Amino acid sequence: MFERILHMLIKEFLELKRDKWARFRLIVPPLVQMLVFGYAATFEVYHVSTVVLDRDHTLESRDLISRFAFSDRFRIVRIAATDAEVENAIDRSDAALAIVVHAGFAQLLRKGQSAPLQVIVDGTNSNTALIALGYLNQIVAQYSQDYTLDLIRRGIGGAGGKMVQVTIEPRPWYNPDLNGRWFFVPGVVGSLTLVVVVSLTASAIVREREIGTLEQIMVTPIRPAEYILGKTAPFFLIGLAQVALVALFGTLWFHIPFVGNPLILLLGTCLFLLSTLGLGLLISTLAKTEQQAFAASFFVLNPAFILSGFSFPIASMPTPMQWLTYLDPLRYYLVVIRATFLKGVGLDALWPDLLGMAVLGVVLLAISIFRFRKSLD
Amino acid sequence: MTGTIETPVVAERLVKRFGSFTAVDDVSFRIARGEIVGFLGPNGAGKSTIIRMLCGLLRPSEGRARVAGFDVAREPERVRENIGYMSQKFSLYTDLTVAENLRFFGGIYRVPRAVLPERMGFAVEMAGLRHRENMLVSTLAGGWKQRLALGCAILHRPPILFLDEPTSGVDPESRRRFWDLIHDLSADGVTVLVSTHYMDEAEYCNRVALIDRGRLIEMASPSALKQHTLGGDLLVVECEGMGTAMAALHEAPGVRDVAAFGNSIHILVESAGAALAALPDYLAGCGVRVTRIEQIKPTIEDIFVQMIGAEARAEGPRP
Ligand SMILES: Nc1ncnc2c1ncn2[C@@H]1O[C@H](COP(=O)(O)OP(=O)(O)O)[C@@H](O)[C@H]1O
Ligand SMILES: [Mg+2]
Repeated sequence: MFERILHMLIKEFLELKRDKWARFRLIVPPLVQMLVFGYAATFEVYHVSTVVLDRDHTLESRDLISRFAFSDRFRIVRIAATDAEVENAIDRSDAALAIVVHAGFAQLLRKGQSAPLQVIVDGTNSNTALIALGYLNQIVAQYSQDYTLDLIRRGIGGAGGKMVQVTIEPRPWYNPDLNGRWFFVPGVVGSLTLVVVVSLTASAIVREREIGTLEQIMVTPIRPAEYILGKTAPFFLIGLAQVALVALFGTLWFHIPFVGNPLILLLGTCLFLLSTLGLGLLISTLAKTEQQAFAASFFVLNPAFILSGFSFPIASMPTPMQWLTYLDPLRYYLVVIRATFLKGVGLDALWPDLLGMAVLGVVLLAISIFRFRKSLD
Repeated sequence: MTGTIETPVVAERLVKRFGSFTAVDDVSFRIARGEIVGFLGPNGAGKSTIIRMLCGLLRPSEGRARVAGFDVAREPERVRENIGYMSQKFSLYTDLTVAENLRFFGGIYRVPRAVLPERMGFAVEMAGLRHRENMLVSTLAGGWKQRLALGCAILHRPPILFLDEPTSGVDPESRRRFWDLIHDLSADGVTVLVSTHYMDEAEYCNRVALIDRGRLIEMASPSALKQHTLGGDLLVVECEGMGTAMAALHEAPGVRDVAAFGNSIHILVESAGAALAALPDYLAGCGVRVTRIEQIKPTIEDIFVQMIGAEARAEGPRP
């Protein structure tokens, strides 16, 4: 078993070594995209998942919260009762934003004083966080204005025409400076690996089928699993090397902090590679020519990129699209890679994403091996 | 064990359909150990399809085949341990060197490490590639590539070899050398099934199978085939205006069959003497200037053409 796989491996690397085009595809696009995304742009966000903690329980606090509930920029995913619940929601990425109304909020307002509103944002997605803070500011400003007018109308405390004010106390977690680059660069690691691994694997078997060497291999006693493993192992190793390189480049060049456990990132990367290899292989067994494989990977990679939450928050997507994201390995990996780079959270928070990739990978590989067996006919 | 089976290749009523098209139609034959059997037939006859079924690459639609004693549909893995195969399309890794290809296939076939160098040496020697071990396969000329492919296919010393048009597109000298290699292997007890569309290569085989439109028309030794009565004498006609001549010959008295063979026409006549006396004048009367007309010995190709013609006439037109 291992001897055959080893021979496949040697052969693959020899071919790769002599294939200029493949070498180019491995090295140049990752570098270019890394630099482009390192200096990335902003996007609009909708339905920022929000957790609310109301300690005041007054007319005023409920009114303010309902304004968030009615805005399509925010979606209240949980009404928390304790600080711990708020922390939890952010840690697990259930919510990207937390709004905490302190006790005595209404009292201050009624006295015509300014009242603080505590806001916690998940800074790992600094892009979303910054934009969300902007919307939050708008809503709160509107609320302050309405409240002041109301006071004046009722003839309370409006004597001096003084504005009451709700002041926002933003408290970003994980990425204190809300640095966009920090958010993007780890994401680039994932998307680049996806693109390189899927497109290379997709054409790998198809090319052998086209040039006829697959037929020559199939008359040897090699087993389909041996062939497939031998064929994909190189891309697995290449993927690992690429993640390591880009991660290194990101931390050294863009000074992205790496606060998490490298072993968790390694585990996540292995599972991610498993699922991307499965995806590429599936394309490889479905396509008849290298061109078809190329077109198919293009059609798979674009949605995978869009659905991953890399640039458009998943929460802003229509519900059916959100369901589709569960089929996207990049979705899970982005969570893992951002969490390990910027949050340092552990397995207890990341296991659902790791499991998601493991399941996807095993299912895709099993289908590919099965399809490969059949496609011999 | 498997190497000593007396009939290593047995095909029983093999059928292969691709959709509604029948590429192989009810083909049965047996090949004895150490025999060299040639599959002869035009392009699209179904030679490759039969060979690919025997290698376990295609599942027969009907019928069965046993290779080295194993059913090709049920135990393809066991079959593959006992066969060497050269596909019609050259299929070594052209980005790898001669030695790298040999080492790779040796590894895939699990040739023991201890004997691999010797086997590789043999293959290199056989292919005439000594001192070219480190050349990329893509830079080799056709004949060398073909012999290297054979070398890769026999690294694991298979008792049975399937060679699908191994000599196509190779110069005549390389073709001769290739056939010498096949004879050497056969002398060692290797059973060889080789397809070709060069009719003259039939002479190198112990037996030839004539295949046309998916059917096995005849299977016999070349000499037995040549003794096959054509049902008349064979003449060759060379002339100017082939088309006119062929049309005229079809109508000529005493002519049974007319077939174009390159620049000449082969005709089957009731009696050579009568035809040689009458035909030059008859053709001249039709406006054809004959440059040569004489009796010849039939070749395998003549037999083949005549047999296909006879089949077609017996069955009426086929779709
Ligand atoms: N995979 C396939 N699908 C459909 N038709 C095929 C396939 N393989 C072969 N054929 C058809 O079967 C016939 C026999 O082909 P083949 O066995 O390659 O002939 P030969 O080797 O004698 O030239 C041809 O008409 C060919 O087009
Ligand atoms: Mg053929």
